[in-house]
Amino acid sequence: MNALVAHLPALQVVVPMIVAPLVVLLRPRGLAWAACTMASVLAFAIAIQLVQGVLAAGPVSYLMGSWPAPYGIELKVDTLSALMLLVVTGASVFSLVGGRQSLDAQIDEGRQPYFYAAWLLALAGFSGIVVAADAFNIFVFMEVSSLASYVLIAGGPDRRALPAVFKYLIMGTIGATFYLIGVGLIYMMTGTLNLADMEVLIHTVAAQRPILAAAGFITVGLALKAAIFPLHVWLPNAYTYAPHMVTAFLAACSTKVSLYILLRFDFFVFQGNLEGHAFQFAAYLMPLAILGILVGSAVAMFEKNIKRLLAFSSIAQIGYIMLGASFVTVAGLTAGIVHIFNHALAKGALFLAVALFATVAAGLRLDDLKGIARRMPWTFGAFVIAALSLIGIPGTAGFISKWYLISAAMELGTAGLPLVAVILVSSLMAVVYVWRIVEAACFGEATDEPTSPASAPPMLVAILWLAAAANIYFGLVPELPLTLSGDAAAELLNHLP
Amino acid sequence: MSAESTILFALILPLAGAAGIALAGRINANLRETVTLVTAGGLAMLVWSLLPSLLAGKRPGVTVTELMPGVEIAFRVEPLGMLFAALASGLWIINSLYSIGYMRGNNEKNQTRFYVLFAVSLSATIGVAFAGNLITLFLFYEILTLSTYPLVAHKGDEKTIRSARVYLGILLTTSIGLFLPAIIWTYAVAGGGDFVPGGFLAGHIEGPAVGLLLGLFVFGIGKAAVMPVHRWLPAAMVAPTPVSALLHAVAVVKAGVFTITKVIVYVFGVEFLFAEPSSGWLLYAAAFTIITASIVALRQQNLKRLLAYSTIAQLSYVVMAAAILKPLAEIGAAIHMVAHAFGKITLFFAAGAIYVASKKTEINQLKGIGRRMPVTMTAFTIGALSMIGVPPTGGFVSKWYILAGAFQDDNYVALATIILSTVLNAAYFLPIIYMAWFMREEDAPGNEHGEAPWPAVLALALTALLTIGFFFFHGATIELERQVVENLS
Repeated sequence: MNALVAHLPALQVVVPMIVAPLVVLLRPRGLAWAACTMASVLAFAIAIQLVQGVLAAGPVSYLMGSWPAPYGIELKVDTLSALMLLVVTGASVFSLVGGRQSLDAQIDEGRQPYFYAAWLLALAGFSGIVVAADAFNIFVFMEVSSLASYVLIAGGPDRRALPAVFKYLIMGTIGATFYLIGVGLIYMMTGTLNLADMEVLIHTVAAQRPILAAAGFITVGLALKAAIFPLHVWLPNAYTYAPHMVTAFLAACSTKVSLYILLRFDFFVFQGNLEGHAFQFAAYLMPLAILGILVGSAVAMFEKNIKRLLAFSSIAQIGYIMLGASFVTVAGLTAGIVHIFNHALAKGALFLAVALFATVAAGLRLDDLKGIARRMPWTFGAFVIAALSLIGIPGTAGFISKWYLISAAMELGTAGLPLVAVILVSSLMAVVYVWRIVEAACFGEATDEPTSPASAPPMLVAILWLAAAANIYFGLVPELPLTLSGDAAAELLNHLP
Repeated sequence: MSAESTILFALILPLAGAAGIALAGRINANLRETVTLVTAGGLAMLVWSLLPSLLAGKRPGVTVTELMPGVEIAFRVEPLGMLFAALASGLWIINSLYSIGYMRGNNEKNQTRFYVLFAVSLSATIGVAFAGNLITLFLFYEILTLSTYPLVAHKGDEKTIRSARVYLGILLTTSIGLFLPAIIWTYAVAGGGDFVPGGFLAGHIEGPAVGLLLGLFVFGIGKAAVMPVHRWLPAAMVAPTPVSALLHAVAVVKAGVFTITKVIVYVFGVEFLFAEPSSGWLLYAAAFTIITASIVALRQQNLKRLLAYSTIAQLSYVVMAAAILKPLAEIGAAIHMVAHAFGKITLFFAAGAIYVASKKTEINQLKGIGRRMPVTMTAFTIGALSMIGVPPTGGFVSKWYILAGAFQDDNYVALATIILSTVLNAAYFLPIIYMAWFMREEDAPGNEHGEAPWPAVLALALTALLTIGFFFFHGATIELERQVVENLS
């Protein structure tokens, strides 16, 4: 057992990666799902182990084949990546365990083994990005996860997913290519791909111009993948037309993984080394974050389809994460990072609820949801809890991030006051768009009788309530995410001069 | 039972009651109502059992969890909160009795949901009353808003939903947009938000910033309905009358003025604010609200809307009394919460009883109704006299203390406001009383009605008695509230 513990960082990626091709072979009904779920639960357990290890003993470094770091491949798990692993694997487990019926209804039986294989590859890719300690492996895993995500999004019955996923594919590829160009430039100048090594070697480079260009390429490329405003256009349709469980999984973690690399690169590699980069980082990202917050929320206020509405809300929430990071202070970064966790909780739960609505309602426009609260009181109750967390009502996880974000903005003094105003205004906009859903669900008279008498799958309701309860639990006892993100913020800033 | 666990039980009991009501609602209505009454009785016993230790000078408290370093969910019972909790829990019993009569008499839909949410909002009210710091108070303040929203929207038609949207919109906007920043600002400058007798902001903040922070608090606490954030209260009148009676005459609105008083006494500190000129505007804002709301009330035709505007004015009495920043006025603020609660709940009960018995909602329909509903209209008269401040009603006692406080500081603005508003109160209540008792009924024949169902009549008779009783027996209240200000000169 102890021998295995040392290999946990590798197993985090290897387990889903190995199970994926096996899943393809599992033809009998339900087996593919079971195998996929089990692998994902195992990955979740590994992530929990890693979190405990990191909290107890600090960052874990793993050398592939015991080759020393700059030459061999290094995997590294610190508090930031541990938190990300928790989010990624947790999202996968929640969506899979609860989502069996929903997925059965949306994915042809014959295609299911391939679908679940793609799911595991996406999981392996996301986990790989998070544990990898060198720029090229990050790229490889990024491609693995992206290609698998395209398959997942296009896997549903909705034909509109195809143009949506094509758009995502084009933009995602551009983003990945930009990233690769940047990494190539750095490799050309420093001769290394290991992030820690890069940090040291960039100093020794005489000509800084290629490095600056690399920073530009990498930041823009990752911003595209992370759907930072105004590079978000691929996201709403991809989320809207994907199978519901895929939306729940991806909305909780996929863009955040790209944000994670962005933070890593900016703080570990660039900021300490490039003249004035801290300022450039903030000056470039803060306005985008603010615009993203305001525009995303504003569009959500007028959206008619509940999935698109929540997708635009995600764009605003990504803005919160970036806004916190762009303060370049401990408080700001803590706020941003803890919001990665809290937003995953809230948005994941909301999309699970949407999947449940979809089992009963004729469609997912707000008009289709009229009166759904009476038909599905339990689902609706959990939806409201998650929605309150999204708004940031005290007692929910979302409040913790809001509190930290506002406190961090106030720390900036007078300059922070407009930011406080932005955060508050967008919270109120969130009230508006959430309440449009609640009102439709509570008071609207159903226009037609339920099209299908199918009842909600009880497992999904249970998982949804678990997620809703987690929103409350981490709103009242937020010690774990706060410790992780506080440490992560301190560590990121440690790399600044 | 230790005081600490009593506090927690008082919070949990209504929630457990809510679950019980939901379950019992599936079996039968009588069982459900029994659960409501038992829960209400149990809550009152729990809350009132804390009273002796409070009078003995103890301040029981309990910390539940630490959210973030220095930010805790904690409770601490002090005299102001004790008074508020005792008031709300006591009146919940009577209100439940009334609800039974009203809801059945009206054949309302979704009665189980109604009683469940009522219990939840009572739990939130107790949370507000016992909160030991700003963040805990904010948490329960928001729960109170959210749990009362479906009660306001109870009827579920287009007009009701629009009003409920105004209700929720204003209360959430002000609390998130102003109250929350004020709280975070307080935590940021003072490093904490625990309520401390005498306040804790002195030395952490000065100059115009004090006035600004006070403004964020006063207008952020939209439940206190200081103009211009008062619009939600008339909008809330679309709710069934028991909701208007207990929540929008007692629990919700008193949570607002209670919070403002608490912020003035336990966060800023009376002496600190008194010495700080930038906080002086509050008195004028409250005075303006009192006069304006009274004038608007004069022009109302709908009885419940008239009562709503009267409530707005009476709430600002409390705010103004607190803003006089003198010991006797702070006591006046506290007991006006009680006196107004007894009087206004009686008035709402009467308005609801009239509606149940006769479906009348407008003032000009009330001619001669005193002869058909003598008990109801007697209670109404007592409530109205208390609003005006005529002895022997509770309203006289609190006005006496507020006036005495104003004299302590020679505060002529407050004096003039009280006198003028008394005249206005009389001008809009006395015509109704006159109409009801001394004018002839001009109703079309066929609307032969008597009193409302007996539980409703019993409830309003009880609160009318309380209104008179408070005039004679308010010694314990004064003694309790004197502790709030005893360290002041």
